[in-house]
Amino acid sequence: MADTSSNIALSVAQQPGGGAEMAPSPDVFVEVKKRKSANLGDLIFQGSTAFFAFLVFALVFLMAYEMFRGSTLSIDKFGWSFLWREIWDPVQDEYGALVFIFGTLVSSVLALVLALPLSIGVAVFLSELAPRWLEKPVSFLIELLAAIPSIVYGLWGIFVLVPWLRVSVEPMLAKNLKFLPLFKGAPYGFGMLAAGIILAIMVLPIITSISRDVLKAIPTAQREAALALGATRWETTRIILSDARSGILGATLLGLGRAIGETMAVTMVIGNRPEISSSLLAPGYTMASVIANEFTEATSDMYISSLIEIALILFAVTVLLNAAARIIVWSVTNKFKNA
Amino acid sequence: MQETAIDEKVTKVPLVIGSQREAEKIMNVKVSTKNVEAFFGKSRALHGISLDVPKNTVVAIIGPSGCGKSTFLRCLNRMHEVAGGTRKGSIMLDGENIDEYDPVVLRRRVGMVFQKPNPFPTMSIFDNVAAGLRLNGMVKKNSLAETVERSLRQAALFDEVKDILDRSGISLSGGQQQRLCIARALAVDPEVILMDEPASALDPIATAKIEELIQELKKNYTIVIVTHNMQQAARVSDETAFFYLGQLIEFGGTERLFTSPQKKQTEDYITGRFG
Amino acid sequence: MKQGYSKSHYWRKSKSAITTFLCLLSALIAVVPLFLIFFYSLSQGIGALNLDFFIKMPKPVGESGGGMANAIVGTGILIGLGTLFGLPISLFTGIYLAEHKHGAFASVVRFLTDVLSGIPSIVVGVVAYIVVVLPMKHFSALAGGVALGILMIPTATRTTEEMLLLVPQSIREAGLALGIARWRVTLRVILPTALRGITTGILLALARAAGETAPLLFTALGNRFWSTEIGQPIASLSVFIYDYAKAPFSDWNRQAWAAAFVLIFFITILNVIFRFVTRGRYAGNGN
Repeated sequence: MADTSSNIALSVAQQPGGGAEMAPSPDVFVEVKKRKSANLGDLIFQGSTAFFAFLVFALVFLMAYEMFRGSTLSIDKFGWSFLWREIWDPVQDEYGALVFIFGTLVSSVLALVLALPLSIGVAVFLSELAPRWLEKPVSFLIELLAAIPSIVYGLWGIFVLVPWLRVSVEPMLAKNLKFLPLFKGAPYGFGMLAAGIILAIMVLPIITSISRDVLKAIPTAQREAALALGATRWETTRIILSDARSGILGATLLGLGRAIGETMAVTMVIGNRPEISSSLLAPGYTMASVIANEFTEATSDMYISSLIEIALILFAVTVLLNAAARIIVWSVTNKFKNA
Repeated sequence: MQETAIDEKVTKVPLVIGSQREAEKIMNVKVSTKNVEAFFGKSRALHGISLDVPKNTVVAIIGPSGCGKSTFLRCLNRMHEVAGGTRKGSIMLDGENIDEYDPVVLRRRVGMVFQKPNPFPTMSIFDNVAAGLRLNGMVKKNSLAETVERSLRQAALFDEVKDILDRSGISLSGGQQQRLCIARALAVDPEVILMDEPASALDPIATAKIEELIQELKKNYTIVIVTHNMQQAARVSDETAFFYLGQLIEFGGTERLFTSPQKKQTEDYITGRFG
Repeated sequence: MKQGYSKSHYWRKSKSAITTFLCLLSALIAVVPLFLIFFYSLSQGIGALNLDFFIKMPKPVGESGGGMANAIVGTGILIGLGTLFGLPISLFTGIYLAEHKHGAFASVVRFLTDVLSGIPSIVVGVVAYIVVVLPMKHFSALAGGVALGILMIPTATRTTEEMLLLVPQSIREAGLALGIARWRVTLRVILPTALRGITTGILLALARAAGETAPLLFTALGNRFWSTEIGQPIASLSVFIYDYAKAPFSDWNRQAWAAAFVLIFFITILNVIFRFVTRGRYAGNGN
């Protein structure tokens, strides 16, 4: 019986117009739309957000493109050899990036060597050892370290770190370890060592906080399993660390990326001399520093083009490093989320 | 052929029918569903549900957890697709196919109250109730205050909040928040109100108030309520539908379904043999 | 020795104790520079941190005294310009990312935003030079603003996205169930709910921009005189610190420290506020 009535109900043509029995009072509402209409507001909104997202998408490519355009002169003249020419002579208009690549690499690697053990120590402290009430403030302090502008680090470097190095540390190193080529030369204070130390301080927060996050992402069950087997605190931590090693690698790469791009703090303490030297006590010059120092003084088009090309190299290196690091970190934290 | 038990008071449909509207009026059906199937991706949550909700009644949907009650409810106002689901079968509101409607408009006619009260956190009590009207961009300033007051009265909340209308919506107690959500839903003047376990997050006193409210509201609205509490269904509804594993097992007058169910599964559930 | 414990047991235990101690030591060492910097900037700068600093203009070379009024205003203008360029893009992109949590294009944009955050600020400065300074044929606050705007985008976008995602899905459902159009729900319900967190996140991005020096060196350049013109070079706090730090005048050095202190003071306050506001799961919801 019910089916018959339903069938009849369905078979009757629908009447156009009119609303439901209880028509809404007309002074408050608009007439009920019958056709399914794509909401115009939704379309506009979706379109605008997508447009801006596309702008961000395009931004990176745009930047690369503009730098390519700006450095065509030097790219055409020097080609790939720009990367290994040791000459930097504005008078003769002959340029090469090797000195700066060297300076950037050495200062950054030195920074990592100094920062990495400390960072892992702090990360382990924050994630495994510290009680709640201690972990939060210390984490916050580490974040603050990251928020201090580069120029302030540079200021501190000039007036505190360099004098200290010149007076206390470097003479000691030069006297006792002078058989090592690493510590030859006069202790100016300014130089690669100062740059490495300052970069280490600046890079530590990044490596620490990402490593801490990676460590925390590992489920407690793993630690409990190890402890239940009779492992000591440290032995458990070692296991967890080895689980987290690719995440820590990612964190290190990100720190390396930051060190490579650091400008002001390094420029103020590294001495800014375009020379390659094996000694940590000698002054050096990084890619970022030469751009900062010489960009406004660049007299010829080839000069500027070379500087822009150096910026392009910096760009390419940091983008690749960052991309690789993010992929690694992302895959590690995902691995444990889905476990 | 779905077997549905129908109340005796529904009459036979005359063969000469002038319009769909008349047919519905005679049959007294507000919402009619036919062979509704709902999917989340590939997995099927509802299997061919056909039932008719009569006007100005309270229909309760009961059944064990995961039987598709909430899914069915959300199909009625097309919220199911918001969660990413798909649907087959037809659903009619006053004889009009809801798929041919702008879902935004449909949801003004079919309102919803959720299990956990969800007033808008940054709005005052007044703004919460007015939100449905204001954010649709069509409201006259003068009638707004009246509508808010009327809705709050209908939700039996006005006396408790009339002096604190500008206080934040989330500063109220759980039971009050739920009544606020009911008032908010009422403000847009719907015809059907869907309630998804509205009292399950509330204490017994607040629950009793909500149940009282439902009895009052059915005079002007059609209500479909999902509940896992059988006693509540028995107290509150005129007709009850029993769902199990995504299927409609039995549908009929509440008293009859609870005292002499026609299907064994219904009886087993009601007597607590499974839950 | 206790009965049953072997020698190696004690060795393992002490190894554990030593390494715990080392980790604690690392934490201490790591935090020391922070306090050193705060301490030094305050103690060195306190002599110059007076009212003159904030309201007077820089004195000619060799004369002591004066202040950094133009630099403070300049930094303000530069941040303002940066916000003008960076904020709309960040907000809308953040909304897009939050609305399309699992979209393919959204994932690409998210990834590129992260990559963008790793690009050195000096490189961004070079781009701003090419794109703004070269066509205009002179340095300008505008170019500096563009550089700062680009630098703000990654932080502001991710913050916006994360704050929006913190708003519970039930709020969106409540809005939709009322028959409100989807875009209105996002704009008038979700966004206001997340607004407090978003605002503080943007303030943080601003703080970072205020401390930037490298990109300004050849965009906004710097200006010893009072200038608020957008099309002209403009002074900034960070470039002033750089110039004054290198100078051989101890009076200027002190002013550099004072400026440094002002900078890190504000950055710290904003960080504290950010931490405070985003405590708990429902940041900005008051739940």
